[in-house]
Amino acid sequence: MRLFFKGENMASQFDASATAFPSRRTILKTVGVGAAGLAGSPFLAACTGGSGPTATGSDSPGLTFGSGSSDDVPKRAYQAVTDAFTAKTGKKVTTNVVPHNDFQNKINSYLQGSPDDTFTWFAGYRMQYYAGKGLLAPIDDVWETIGGNYSDALKKASTGPDGKMYFVPNYNYPWGFFYRKSLWAEKGYEVPETFDALKTLAAKMQADGIIPIGFADKDGWPAMGTFDYINMRLNGYQFHVDLCAHKESWDQQKVSAVFDTWSALLPFQDPAALGQTWQDAAKALEAKKTGMYLLGSFVTQQFTDPAVLADIDFFAFPEIAVEGRDAVEAPIDGLLLSKKGGENKTARDFMAYLGTPEAQDTYSAVDPSNIATAKGTDTSKFSPLNKKCAETIADAKFISQFFDRDALPAMANNVMIPALQSFIKDGKMDVKNLEAQAKTLYAAQ
Amino acid sequence: MSSTAQELIPPEAREPGGGRIRRSKGGRVRRLTGRDKVVLSLMVGIPTLIELCLVWLPTLMSVGLSFSRWNGLDLADIRPAGTDNYQYITQDYPPFWPAVQHNLLWLLFLALIATPLGLLLAVLLDQNIRGSKIYQSIFFAPVMLSLALIGIIWQLFYQRDNGLLNFLLGTAGTPRAVDWFGDSSVNIWAAMIAATWRHAGYVMLLYLAGLKGVDPSLKEAAAIDGANSVQTFFRVVFPAMRPINIVIVVITIIESLRAFDVVYVINRGTNGLEMLSALVIQNLVGEGQVIGVGSALAVVLLVISLVPIVFYLSRTFGKENRA
Repeated sequence: MRLFFKGENMASQFDASATAFPSRRTILKTVGVGAAGLAGSPFLAACTGGSGPTATGSDSPGLTFGSGSSDDVPKRAYQAVTDAFTAKTGKKVTTNVVPHNDFQNKINSYLQGSPDDTFTWFAGYRMQYYAGKGLLAPIDDVWETIGGNYSDALKKASTGPDGKMYFVPNYNYPWGFFYRKSLWAEKGYEVPETFDALKTLAAKMQADGIIPIGFADKDGWPAMGTFDYINMRLNGYQFHVDLCAHKESWDQQKVSAVFDTWSALLPFQDPAALGQTWQDAAKALEAKKTGMYLLGSFVTQQFTDPAVLADIDFFAFPEIAVEGRDAVEAPIDGLLLSKKGGENKTARDFMAYLGTPEAQDTYSAVDPSNIATAKGTDTSKFSPLNKKCAETIADAKFISQFFDRDALPAMANNVMIPALQSFIKDGKMDVKNLEAQAKTLYAAQ
Repeated sequence: MSSTAQELIPPEAREPGGGRIRRSKGGRVRRLTGRDKVVLSLMVGIPTLIELCLVWLPTLMSVGLSFSRWNGLDLADIRPAGTDNYQYITQDYPPFWPAVQHNLLWLLFLALIATPLGLLLAVLLDQNIRGSKIYQSIFFAPVMLSLALIGIIWQLFYQRDNGLLNFLLGTAGTPRAVDWFGDSSVNIWAAMIAATWRHAGYVMLLYLAGLKGVDPSLKEAAAIDGANSVQTFFRVVFPAMRPINIVIVVITIIESLRAFDVVYVINRGTNGLEMLSALVIQNLVGEGQVIGVGSALAVVLLVISLVPIVFYLSRTFGKENRA
């Protein structure tokens, strides 16, 4: 599952664990991994504060791997990758799985304490920030071997602020409007190419008694997807990046225009948004209560009925003013090398291994809900939807990472979440205040 | 601390005859032997040291950090910021003032509804009715439940589509169904009712203990003097529980200031449920960490909390000194 599901409330977490109750084998495996983690002594290393077993120079017998992919499926997928690496090279990988919310929340102290050699993280500002603070090791040598496996957009997303490479992409997933083909065929709806067509379609759906656009923002972050897309379609990809990095002011006409445009869409979005999570909204789409739903492709995880899953399709956010549909929001998950891990040659080998089609096939054999990023991965088992997701990303000129990965986390969490929630309520946005907050928060970094 | 340190010196080395009974200036007899003193100073000194390290030092550091900018990474990155952080939270940070209002509303609600409810439950259960112990356990159970469980329980009540409350109102599944947690005009009330459910049980338990401690002869005397039960309670029993009352007042105020768990479980204190404590967490813990701003919020909360605490302490110690 995605790492940014920080907003799930306790109840929905409980639901999730109840529906996906781990089998006995999973539990045994989990216990086994836990025991291996203890045996590998990274915890002891953390206690003594000494250098871990990995700072031994070039020829090390293994590496430690910190994983925030704590949900069952991704955890097993990474397990498969590390097993394959061990089988191939004979080097031991000690995996430390941390619940994803904890992993994210403790990243600051984690990187300053005794981090693992490699660890799961995200592309975008969230990676560049730690690279800029010197907490990561550059991996240009790794990219010399794996560079050919990646598109330019992915290479750009893996580059640090100093122009060096830091990140190895594993998988990503596009954001778009998901809908049920059968409902659309029945009512004769057509995929809108432009924003005006989207509004016309939405009005038609409303007349048919359907909530046109599913929407959920109890957790705060999903609404950022709508903001990002309208912003990129109105002002272009580069403006999105600069705004997120606060190189552009929030207090300007371009930003106000985003909210003005959005307010034309607000009446068509589910009015119950603030009380529901994305899982609720996914259910509403499944029940044909809503006509379409803008979310990442992970929404399909909620459709456990294969018949429903086969009935799901998606289209890219329609074009508005500039760059057509060149930019796609497709957050990338992958690996980083910690500063300490930079001295471990085996850790670099592992990073390079993950950048191969072979390793990514191993991963997606277990976790097929994402799109592998390396060229030459096996697409024969792709569902038509997966294929379309992969094509959308491959055709994109620009790949954005989602607001909460492209911007300062404090800006995303403390400023944008309350601001967007109040915008959803009353349709008003005080861009002057956004700028005032941004100024203080970015200055504190 | 200096006196404590002096006490730690063995009495033999300090002055002759330290172990013997002697009279201090006030004429009171001192019967503490040297060993007593060592034990006592250890018993006082160690908790004081722990308190200093774990409470006062962090508090002072928070105050210091609230006047600085820091990204939480390298100590060298701390830069002075003057009162910028305070200006930020009072002028630029939209959730701040709603949070202050919600904390006040919370205080009023607990003081006027939850606490009296707890008192009422205590009085009723003190009447030797059958199964009193069972009722006590039932009302006290919420206090012992974990955060996650509380979230689930109230979710079952308040859900929009299949929650019990909307079902009882007959609005479940219709467009008129109230979204108790998502609608920012009602969710604070829904949250306060959930908080009352816990707080009342806590207050009940304290008052039950208080009521048991009231001398029955007081009640008998009042009855002989012709007071009815209401008069007996408000004129005689309630004033006799004064120590408990003060504790309850302080607990109510502190509970309303640190109100956190219920709103955090619902939606992490956003969208109509802003509370100071939730804002502190939002700004200090996790990736959205802005240490200066979070510390400034924490200091505001500290200053507000100090008012009732100082009031309480001065009342308590003032009385002891008079005695």
